[in-house]
Amino acid sequence: MSTSDFRSRLTGLPDALYVFGLMAGLYAVFTGLTVLLNFELSGIVNTLRAITYFSAVYAMVVLALNLHWGYTGLFNLGVAGFMAVGVYTMAIVSGPTNPGPAEIPGLGMNLWVGVVAGVVMAALVGVLASLPALRLEADYLAIVTLALSEIIRLVLNSTLLQEVTVGGATFGTGGATGLTVQNNPQTPVTAFFQSGPGSALTDVAMGIGIDRPTVVEGIGYAIVLVVIVGLLFVFIRRIATSPFGRVLKAIREDQVVASALGKDTRQFKIIIFGVGCGLMGLAGILWYGSDGYINPLSFRPNITFYVFVALIIGGAGSNTGSIIGGSIFASVLFYLPQFLEQNSTPVLDGIQSVLGGSTATPQTIIDAGGALAGLDLTAFLAYCFANISSLRFIGVGLILIYLMQRRPDGLFGHRIETAASIPLTRGDTNE
Amino acid sequence: MGMNITHDTIAVRVRERPTELIVGLITTLFLADLLLKLQGTTVLLFDTHILGGSIGLSELFTYVLDGLIVGIAVGLAGIGLSMTYSILNFANFAHGEYLTSGAFVGFSTAAVIAGGSGIVDRMLLQSNPGLELLSTPIALTAGLIMAAISTIGLALLLDRLVYKPMRDAEGISLLIASIGVALLVRYSIAFIWQTGRYGVTGSATKVTILNLVTLTTHELTLLVLGVMSMIGVAIMLEFTKLGTAMRAMADNESLARVSGIPVEQVTRLTWIVGGGLTGIAGYLFVLESGTIAFNFGWINLLLIFSAVILGGIGSVYGAMVGGVLIGLVDKLAQVWIPSDLTRAAVFVVLIAVLIVRPTGLFGGVKTA
Repeated sequence: MSTSDFRSRLTGLPDALYVFGLMAGLYAVFTGLTVLLNFELSGIVNTLRAITYFSAVYAMVVLALNLHWGYTGLFNLGVAGFMAVGVYTMAIVSGPTNPGPAEIPGLGMNLWVGVVAGVVMAALVGVLASLPALRLEADYLAIVTLALSEIIRLVLNSTLLQEVTVGGATFGTGGATGLTVQNNPQTPVTAFFQSGPGSALTDVAMGIGIDRPTVVEGIGYAIVLVVIVGLLFVFIRRIATSPFGRVLKAIREDQVVASALGKDTRQFKIIIFGVGCGLMGLAGILWYGSDGYINPLSFRPNITFYVFVALIIGGAGSNTGSIIGGSIFASVLFYLPQFLEQNSTPVLDGIQSVLGGSTATPQTIIDAGGALAGLDLTAFLAYCFANISSLRFIGVGLILIYLMQRRPDGLFGHRIETAASIPLTRGDTNE
Repeated sequence: MGMNITHDTIAVRVRERPTELIVGLITTLFLADLLLKLQGTTVLLFDTHILGGSIGLSELFTYVLDGLIVGIAVGLAGIGLSMTYSILNFANFAHGEYLTSGAFVGFSTAAVIAGGSGIVDRMLLQSNPGLELLSTPIALTAGLIMAAISTIGLALLLDRLVYKPMRDAEGISLLIASIGVALLVRYSIAFIWQTGRYGVTGSATKVTILNLVTLTTHELTLLVLGVMSMIGVAIMLEFTKLGTAMRAMADNESLARVSGIPVEQVTRLTWIVGGGLTGIAGYLFVLESGTIAFNFGWINLLLIFSAVILGGIGSVYGAMVGGVLIGLVDKLAQVWIPSDLTRAAVFVVLIAVLIVRPTGLFGGVKTA
């Protein structure tokens, strides 16, 4: 069976099957890994929870970015900044007015008010940024949005707004030390499982051997996120298939033609930039907010590049591709190295039992090279494990280069939606 | 058409270019405030501090000098970026990594040549080799040469493996690929040299010039070599056949190709000249600051982009002037805002330039 045969047969399947198939495959791989490492049941379940969580949060940001880059052709490198605006606004608005000692107070509002404020603020910053920036061409837009994201991070990191008092209310960003997010999106989920109707579920889980309540709460939160990804998918699908979405695709294909046809392309771009940035803010809230602690270091441009790589893997322009790219990136490229690093001792012991050699980590690359030359693969791998975060970035870089050279369409980019409301091909739609 | 322009009233000009007026007003405001601060005058309006304050002349002088030194380093680092941006037509996000790799190879070489115990530690910069221009001139010179050679090698290798197969791709695809290159190179450096920040220089001798300015020998080296390289590149672009070919390619690649310019060869030479300069710039950057870390090039990349765009992409003089202006902004901003926010001020200037005058001060070529 040739590749195109295979692909056309795959194309016939409903999209949900791809996502379920991928997740099932990922669950199988990670279950295998954790079983090999002799994890307890709660450890295995927690690992599956982690890949679900990371897949969901990545899918959210990638879907939002797809609105910009995939649908409208706007090269936005400010993803990290917009996420930061969302989650910091949420943390400040819904932070308690009298937190513990050495904590920075917030405005003491309801959590949901904070979430809405965060999304609206991210959208507003997006719209404000887009007013001048959208006149620029693609590479300049990239530089401007990257600079904006760095400005946001530097301002959050500065002592300037660490703690300020305006009109009697004291609040702040916490500067470089960061901010505790006591009131965050996970709080209601935790409450549900601890004291709400969900406590019965917790008891059941404890009964079958998932002996940590935090794991149950985490699973609950991951399920909530998956539902939100589904809603987001439907929402973006609706935008994309509406006449509004058709104009966006027309702008991506040829802005001049779109405006010649009487569309105010500038206005469309501003709106979609705002919507996308608002969704990035929401993703920032649900992702970083749920950690209970935020810090400007989390919002360095690397995270933007991660999201871009995920989008390009999935294929810019396809929403299913966005979810799949997000899941693959989050599980395989983001979480797996971290997982191996956390379990490097048993993993290395396992390797040693097969290959022999020494598990003592070489201190320098020269020692590691020496070990490799002496055919002590275990010692070399120990060095690799100690530097796995660097290796992860090297891998991400290589994949990005490969994709841009060989498969700029990613996995699903060939299904990029045209700017027409009727099919442009006649009859046989197979390639 | 020229007639109309001469008849333009100020009102018409303001209406046509409102943003330039705003930028002009803001700049004037800052300068006025600076003058008032120097005088020690404070202007109050309804008991609110509006303008002025106080700042010592010597403090200001230090800021200006620091700004000039940073600016020359940034300008020098910007030339290579400006060349690849205009001639090869894409924003190279991996440019910072060329700086970093040049500096690492250069200083590892210098540390080994300077001699002493523990060659591995020296090669990996684990112990401070205490390099200093007057006490270890040979080691430092060898390092400089190695910085240039290794960066040329890296630039050619990456061009062959990454960019050559994508010659016909659009600027934005190349930009994305260069982000991949940036990650690949930066973290390969981290994999080899680890992620620490290492000291590489000893305390440099201070030189006083004309009883006026006191500089370290390292700062002086940066200034002299920086200005020399800039003039050299400017002469090359202006007066040599290669320079003409490069400028022709920057203007219109297809036209250059049909005129018989060997485009592929000029591309390679662009990487050689740009890469060599960038390696030297990275090396001098570290020589001046005294410490090296795997991500210093990346951290300074937006600063360099700012300089190149402010000066006008493709213009060597532009990179020079842009670099100095950006350096001055970076240091002088301390007069008004906390020092941990000066970088943000530079980026604000970058955004303002892109919006008000995307062609830059020296009207560089337009890119995709």
